[in-house]
Amino acid sequence: MFHDLKKAVVGTAAATALMAGVAGASTAQAETELTMYYPVAVGGPLTEIVDGMVADFMAENPDITVNAIYAGNYNDARIKALAALKGGEPAQLSVMFSIDIYDLIEQDAIVAFDDIVETDEEKAWLNSFYPTLMENGRTGGKTWGIPFQRSTIVMYYNKDAFRDAGLDPEAQPATWDALVEAGQALTKDDGSRWGVMIPSTGYPYWMFGALAMQNDQVLMNGEGTETYFDAEPTVEALDFWRSLGTEHGVMPEGTIEWGTLRQNFLEGKTAIMWHSTGNLTAVKENASFDFGVAMLPANERRGTPTGGGNFYIFKDATPEERSAALKLIRFMTAPERAAEWSMKTGYMGVSPAAYETEVLQAYVEEFPYAAVARDQLEFATAELSTYQTGRVRKALDDAIQAALTGSKTPAEALGEAQATADRLLKPYR
Amino acid sequence: MSPRGALETGATWLLALLWISPLLYALWAAFHPAEFAVTFDPLAPLTLENFREALARAPFPRYMLNTFILVTMLLAAQFVLCTLAAYAFARYRFKGADIAFALVLVQLMIAPEILIVENYATLAHLGLVDTILGIGLPYMASAFGIFLLRQAFKSTPKELEEAARLEGCGTLGVLWRVYVPLARPTYLAYGLVSVSHHWNNFLWPLVVTNSVETRPLTVGLGVFGAPESGVDWSVVSAATLLSVAPLMLAFLLFQRQFVQSFMRAGIR
Amino acid sequence: MRHVIGWLLLTPAAILLIAFTYWPIGATVADSLFSRGNPIRPSRFIGLENYALMADDPIFWQVLWNNALFALGTIPASITLALLMALMVNRALPGRALARMAFFTPTILPMIAVANIWLFFYTPDIGLIDQIAGLVGLPGHNWLGDPDTVLGAIIVMTVWKEAGFFMIFYLAALQTIPPELWEAARLEGAARWTYFRRILFPLLMPTTLFVLINAILNSFKLVDHLFILTKGGPDNASNLLLYYIFETAFSFFDTTYAATLTVVLLALLAVLSLVQYGVLDKRIHYR
Repeated sequence: MFHDLKKAVVGTAAATALMAGVAGASTAQAETELTMYYPVAVGGPLTEIVDGMVADFMAENPDITVNAIYAGNYNDARIKALAALKGGEPAQLSVMFSIDIYDLIEQDAIVAFDDIVETDEEKAWLNSFYPTLMENGRTGGKTWGIPFQRSTIVMYYNKDAFRDAGLDPEAQPATWDALVEAGQALTKDDGSRWGVMIPSTGYPYWMFGALAMQNDQVLMNGEGTETYFDAEPTVEALDFWRSLGTEHGVMPEGTIEWGTLRQNFLEGKTAIMWHSTGNLTAVKENASFDFGVAMLPANERRGTPTGGGNFYIFKDATPEERSAALKLIRFMTAPERAAEWSMKTGYMGVSPAAYETEVLQAYVEEFPYAAVARDQLEFATAELSTYQTGRVRKALDDAIQAALTGSKTPAEALGEAQATADRLLKPYR
Repeated sequence: MSPRGALETGATWLLALLWISPLLYALWAAFHPAEFAVTFDPLAPLTLENFREALARAPFPRYMLNTFILVTMLLAAQFVLCTLAAYAFARYRFKGADIAFALVLVQLMIAPEILIVENYATLAHLGLVDTILGIGLPYMASAFGIFLLRQAFKSTPKELEEAARLEGCGTLGVLWRVYVPLARPTYLAYGLVSVSHHWNNFLWPLVVTNSVETRPLTVGLGVFGAPESGVDWSVVSAATLLSVAPLMLAFLLFQRQFVQSFMRAGIR
Repeated sequence: MRHVIGWLLLTPAAILLIAFTYWPIGATVADSLFSRGNPIRPSRFIGLENYALMADDPIFWQVLWNNALFALGTIPASITLALLMALMVNRALPGRALARMAFFTPTILPMIAVANIWLFFYTPDIGLIDQIAGLVGLPGHNWLGDPDTVLGAIIVMTVWKEAGFFMIFYLAALQTIPPELWEAARLEGAARWTYFRRILFPLLMPTTLFVLINAILNSFKLVDHLFILTKGGPDNASNLLLYYIFETAFSFFDTTYAATLTVVLLALLAVLSLVQYGVLDKRIHYR
């Protein structure tokens, strides 16, 4: 009753405003309300930054209200957004894992950007991002996701530890062999310092995507219907990962915790860590020692998967909401904002134009490591993403952990993972 | 004290100290700067910075308010629903009462969180996903509460009811004037058990809530401490203490009642 | 008349119980007979196919086995400790209230908070346990990253959390046992251990059974800590049935398979209920 009354009042007010607008020969718009879910997967007070950007957007566009909801990690964000949609809650756009694309298409939850953009300028905008970052957002000839909080894996290393071990702090290990060699020099026998740590909880398949790529092997096809888990180079890559602990003794055996790894690095317990570029700012602010950032080493070639979150627009949104959402996304990914976002978080500037802004150029000048991720893009590939992505991913994650903890051999574990993936993906081929 | 007694006392203290030490550690980490989180230096400076940081990063006061609304609403509803049902079972030998009671007891074993999948679907149909009411609803008709209050009502002398009836009280009047006041200790016991259970409940609220406006403390803490965001121990410790503080404080103030309530609730 | 009033009084509670307990039990069983649907391919009746799938699912068998180990690891240990604690603080000693509080406090902490605190202990190298081990020259260990120790680590934490809770029930039971019994036994020349074994423990039997049922129930319901500590890893070494159900339903969106798994959990609880009724009857009889 009260609700109806309120609606009526608002309706009347809007109608009045509209008439006033017509009378004034300007196009006044009814207010559009957007609900956006977003995750934060790596360190730093990112929620504040997002809230700040959203507030700026609303100041610039008083006719659009944005309700930005922080939804935890990527998994939570996907669950929340999809659950909200199923439950009939409003949600027009969301930042979700770039690899959720096939699930979202299968759930018929999202709409392709090609169907929303209208002007030539908007169409050109779709092509303004780094192409490697678009790989996870495109399938079937359409663009479904716009890169936002995107990262690659980089190698953080402790220069003081390098000096301490008699290594040249500027000569970063560029090959697998060099990594092992450096690791052996850096590892202390009393266990007070390890050479290398590559995290294997949280996102093991992601780290593994890098190792596989370095061995010149991608993990899946572009349609999300095939995986190559048991290919020979894939198995070799896992063999190598495992050997760091078992054979070379430069990494602890067992799995390494994603969440506490940064702390380990900052405490000097490991001289090298592989981690998301999204941790760059947090490391920069908290490291009490001289640290460096390098591209991941190569075996057959250099390689890393891209990672992180894309913007998606939901199908349920009305045309007005879609265009408002597009406006918001364009605002959030505009070069200046992308530059600001990159500096504050360590995530990448998503377009070449972002790196051409004065602020980011100045920042890179002063802090060259901010550009490592960008430079590495040349060698990057898409992150593991298929239909039934959650389960396929879990199969690979479990296989990696089984191999690293020694309960299965890499070949055995990956063979099983491939069999599981084949069973899951068969209906989609 | 005999040597043996002294030994036993010593052992008790030692075990008690061991038991409380994880909490003492959390206190240590929360009140010292991050660099002392894993190094113990008695001269380390004390600080409130971690609490400030935790409060700046996540809206803990809001989460606390949500939890407070949740447990209060839930407890009020539980009291009403369970009182009525327990009264029916205790004093009305209605047809089918035995079967109905046995069915009620099923919920003692199968808590709503076991049925997350279907209960979530039900809640979505009702449009109650992401509401505090939605978190509480499945728990309102509590088999445990019905059970406890039925026991209490059964032990109330029938003569008191008859006297009240003679004075012209109706069904609800008798319940309100006679049964409820006499069962006060049971209400207190059940209330404390219920509040501490729902203050701490996690899985179901996690599934149901999506936003800051509804998320209770446990879920807020879970989202905050999820290792994806890279654990900052001191701040997580501070956040953890913030979340448990109200209940801990209540516990310390009403320790005797708490322990007795749990005892009473256990003897059923 | 009393039939009508009785049912009327029961109605509000009954509606909610039907909506959130009985209906979902039925719906779970029904859903388990359907295929996973999506907007393009709607769900269809497939009979027992999900159950066949489950029988072939190694993760299902592993989580079931883990659940059994988790129960075996937590229950005897927490009950023994609970009884020990109750005996310790049931006698006069200086600082008794403090000791009781120390034992009981973990009980009122949320599992999520407990997991946050214990994560600090278990983290390799920089965690508290490894630091203490380091002081006495022992090598560090990756407690949560090693499939051989992860379940044990979680069990220890759970025992810490639960023992104090069970202690309360023993304490309550001990207070109903007249001290004269011990006096009499002593006059008969019984040693303390004999008194405990022959008199006290049998008298506490109903409490033990009650606590046992509760402990088993908890071992199926408690999965909160997995969200913080391990997410069920490494390679499902710490995964438990309810967590797997959660993952299946809310990460893989396979609600029908999640329903199938839930049916197993319900069946287990049903068996437990039958035991519970037996025990409950005995208790009432005993009193």
